[in-house]
Amino acid sequence: MTSPAIRAEAERLFAAFAAAGAQPVETDILQPAGTLLDLYGEDIRARAYVTADPLDGEMMMRPDFTVPVVQAHMASKAEEPARYSYMGEVFRKQDHLGARAREYLQVGFEIFDGSNPAQADAEVFALFSGLLAGLPLRPVTGDIGILMAAVRGLDTTDRRKAALLRHIWRPKRFRALLDRYAGRAPVPVARAQLLEKLAQGAPDALIAQAGPVIGLRSEDDIAARAAALLEDAAVKPIAAPEAALLYDLLGLQAPAKAALDHLRGITPLLPAIAPAVDRFAARLEALAARGIAVETLPFEASLGRTSMEYYDGFTFVFLGPQGQPSVASGGRYDALTARLGAGRSIPAVGGIIRPHMVADLRGATPC
Amino acid sequence: MLKIGVPSKGRLMEKTFDWFEARGVTMRKTGNEREYSGEVQGVSGVELVLLSAGEIPRELAAGRIHLGVTGSDLVRDKLADWEGQVAELAPLGFGHADLIIAVPACWIDVDSIDDLDAAAAAFRAAHGFRLRIATKYHRLVREYLTEQGVADYQLVDSQGATEGTVKNLTAEAIADITSTGETLRANHLKVLADGPIHQSQATLYASRGADWVAAAGPMAALAAKLGLAVPAL
Repeated sequence: MTSPAIRAEAERLFAAFAAAGAQPVETDILQPAGTLLDLYGEDIRARAYVTADPLDGEMMMRPDFTVPVVQAHMASKAEEPARYSYMGEVFRKQDHLGARAREYLQVGFEIFDGSNPAQADAEVFALFSGLLAGLPLRPVTGDIGILMAAVRGLDTTDRRKAALLRHIWRPKRFRALLDRYAGRAPVPVARAQLLEKLAQGAPDALIAQAGPVIGLRSEDDIAARAAALLEDAAVKPIAAPEAALLYDLLGLQAPAKAALDHLRGITPLLPAIAPAVDRFAARLEALAARGIAVETLPFEASLGRTSMEYYDGFTFVFLGPQGQPSVASGGRYDALTARLGAGRSIPAVGGIIRPHMVADLRGATPC
Repeated sequence: MLKIGVPSKGRLMEKTFDWFEARGVTMRKTGNEREYSGEVQGVSGVELVLLSAGEIPRELAAGRIHLGVTGSDLVRDKLADWEGQVAELAPLGFGHADLIIAVPACWIDVDSIDDLDAAAAAFRAAHGFRLRIATKYHRLVREYLTEQGVADYQLVDSQGATEGTVKNLTAEAIADITSTGETLRANHLKVLADGPIHQSQATLYASRGADWVAAAGPMAALAAKLGLAVPAL
C-alpha cells in the first residue's frame, strides 16, 4: 500500500521531472485491452488485470504508462520536442504467492525528440542517476539496436532475418532459430519428416490427401508456407565466423567503454552494425559529458530482451536487492511510436522509477 | 472432522470409490440415487463431500475441504501457484487424458509448435488478427506457449465442443484434453508432434489452507489405511 513516505518520495521525483522541463500528463486507469494485446500478445494476460466494460468490451487496468502516454502524444497536436512526466498507480497481476506488489505508484519521464537521440538518451539516464544517487543500486545499460542491426546485416535470407527479429524479445526461441540457421542444431526430426513429405508432391495434392480444408487458414496460406519451408531447407547455413560474432554479441557484458572498444574491433567483420555502434559511441560521449563514469558503467548487449518490453535501442535498469524487480528502468522505443502513431512517428526515450522501492531503500517504510 | 471432496457422478466417482475400497475405506452415496450425500466407513471422523470435479480445486484452495480427488489438469489450470495452495498426495492411476494442441489435418506445413509459431506470424500478416486457439485451459496453454516463445496467437474461450470451433470458423486451432484422439480425427484435426502440454490423471490432493488441527487425528488414520505418509502442510 502507498504509505505517506512512498507518496512523499513519488512527489519528490515528480517535482524533479517537472523541474527538468516535463509537462505532467494523466492517463486513464482502465485501458482498452485490444491495443495492449496487439502489442504484447496473449502474454500480457498473465501480467495485467482484465475486466469487462458493458459497452467497450475487454479492458485492462493500466499495466504501464508508456503506451497511453505515447497514444496521447500522437493523438494531440503537441509540438516536438516534448517532455512528459506522470505519477500514478500501475497494476500487475502476481501469479505466485509472495510479497511482490500488485499495485504501486510509478513515476515516469519521457522525451519525444528526434533531433539528437544520443543527447536524449543521456539526459534521461543522467536525470535518473542523479535522483537515485546515494542508494545501493547497480545500474546496467544495454542497446537492443546493436543486436537488431547485427541480425539485419546477416548474410542470409530476408525470411530468416525477419524470423529472428520477430523473436528478438523471446531469447529462448531466438536462440533456437539462430542455432538452426547457423547449422549448430540438427534439423528437428519432425521438421525433417515434414520436409520429406512436402518434397513428395504438389501441395494441393498433399492437402487433399491430408483431409478436407477446414478453417480460415486457406489452401493458399498452407501451400505458401509449404513452399517457403522447402525453399528455406535449401538455404545454406549462416557462415560460422559470422554466427560466432552474433553469439559473442548476445553474451557481451563489459564496462561500457570497454564494450565500445570491443564492438569497434568487430565492426569490420560485421559492417552492418557500424551505424548502431556510432550511436552507442555518441551516447557514451553524451553520458560522459553529463558526468557519468562510462569507464565503469556496466553494459550488457542483451539487456531488455526478456522483460516483455518494446525497446529497440538504449536500455537501462537500476537494480536493488537481488530477486526483486528493478527500482527503475527505461529505454528507447522509436518503433512503438510508429506502431501507435497511425502514420506518424517520433524517436522517443524514457523510463520509470518505483517510488515504493526507493522509499524502502531509504529505510523510511517497511515494505 | 476431516472433509474429503470427491467427484459427484460418473466414472470418476465410481473409480474413486473403487480406489478407496481397495485400501479398506468404503465410500458410498446415501439416500436417494439423485441425492448428493454420502458417507465413509472404515475410518472414523471422515466426511464425504460430493462436488463437481471442476469445483474441487477451488474448494481445496479455500480450505473448505481438507482432501480432494480431481484431475491434475483442473488443479493446475484453475489454481495460480498450485503447489503453494495444495499438496499432491497420490496419483490414482485413472482418468488419464492429455492436454494437447491440435490443428486441421490439412495443414501439411504444420507438425510442431515451431511450425505453429511461424504459421501464426503468416496468418496474422495475411488476415490482420492473431491466430485463434480455442480452449478452456487458459492458464496451462498460455504458460506453455509463453515458455515455448510462441507469438501472434490468441486464446478464445471454448467450454465445450471445442473440436468443432475450427470448422465453425471461430478458431484456427484448439487446445483440449483427449484420451483416444477419436473426436479429434472425426473433426479432421491432428495433434502437434511435440508431446502433450500436460498428462492429466485423477489425483488425491491436500489443501494447504484448511484447518488441520481438528483433522489431524482422522488424517493420521486415513493416511495409515491408504499407505501414505502424513504430509507436512
